Amino acid sequence: MAAGEPTIDALGQFKLHTVLGPIGRSVNFTQSNLLMVVSGAIILGLLYFGARPRAVVPGRLQAAAELMYDFIARLVSDQIGDEGRRFFPFVFTLFFFILFGNLLGLLPYTFTFTSHIAVTAALAILVIVLVTVVALRIHGLHFFSYFFPKGAPVLLSPIIVPVEIISYLSRPVSLSIRLFANMVAGHVMFEVFASFMVMMAGAGAIGYLGAVGPLALNVVLMGFELLVACLQAYVFAVLTCIYLHDAVHLH
Amino acid sequence: MDVAAAKALGAGIAVIALAGVGIGIGNIFSALVSSVARNPSARDQVFGIGILGFALTEAVALFALLIAFLILFT
Repeated sequence: MAAGEPTIDALGQFKLHTVLGPIGRSVNFTQSNLLMVVSGAIILGLLYFGARPRAVVPGRLQAAAELMYDFIARLVSDQIGDEGRRFFPFVFTLFFFILFGNLLGLLPYTFTFTSHIAVTAALAILVIVLVTVVALRIHGLHFFSYFFPKGAPVLLSPIIVPVEIISYLSRPVSLSIRLFANMVAGHVMFEVFASFMVMMAGAGAIGYLGAVGPLALNVVLMGFELLVACLQAYVFAVLTCIYLHDAVHLH
Repeated sequence: MDVAAAKALGAGIAVIALAGVGIGIGNIFSALVSSVARNPSARDQVFGIGILGFALTEAVALFALLIAFLILFT
C-alpha cells in the first residue's frame, strides 16, 4: 500500500470521548452514557405519555405503548410460563434498553453503546447472576442437579458434569459477544463502504459514477441493520427468558 | 512475507467459517419453508423459532467477521 493513500479507519468510530463540556469531563460522562440516558428517557416518555390517556380506543402513542407491553408479556408467558410474570419488568427493561440503544446508534452523529463489550458484558453478567440467584432461591441446593440431567448414566457423570458446567458458564460470554459482535460488524461495514465511496470519488469523474455502487450497498445495509437491531434485542430477551425458564423449572 | 500481506491472508482465512454458517442458515430456512408448506397454520409459531435460529447461527458468522476485522484494522 503506497504511503499517503487513504486508509480505512474502521474502529475509530467506537472511540469514547466526553460530552457536555467541563462538567462531563470532570465525571467522565461520555457519549455512550449520554445515549444510555437518552434511550432510557425515550422509553420512559413513551410509556408515560402512552399510558396517560387510558382511552378505551387507543390513540397512536397509547397503541404503541400497549404493543410494547403486550409483546413482552406474550414473550415472557410463552417462554417461562405463568411464573414468568414476576420477571416481566426485568425482561421489558432489558429488551427496550438494548432495542433503543441499537436503533439510536443507527442515526447519524450518534453512538451505539451496545457496540462496547463492557456494556453488553455487564448486561449479560446481570442476567446470569439473576438466573443463578433465582434458581438457588427456588430450588436451594437441588439446583446443582441441573448439571446432571435426569436419566443419564451415572458412569458418564465425569464427562457430563464438566460439560454442563462449562456450557452454563459460557452463556454470558456468548450472550454478550453476540450482541457486541453484531453491532460492531454492522457499523464497521458502514464505515468500510463509506470509505470505498470516498476513495472512488478521489479517482475523478469515472470514480463518481463508480461510487454509486457502495452508496447503494450502504442503503441496503441500513435496512438490514434496522432488522438486526430489532432481532438482536429480541434474541437477547428470548435467551434471557430461556435461561429464566431453566432456572424456574430445572430442565 | 511482510506483515500487511500476512494480515490480508489471515483475514481471508478467518472468514472461511462463513461457509459453515451459509450451510447452517440454508438448512434453517429450508426446514422453515418445508414446515410452513406442510402446515401453513403453524406459520406464526415456526417463524419466531426460525428467526431465533437464524440469529444464533448468524452470530457465528459475526464472530469470524469480527476476528477478520480485528486482524485487518488493529
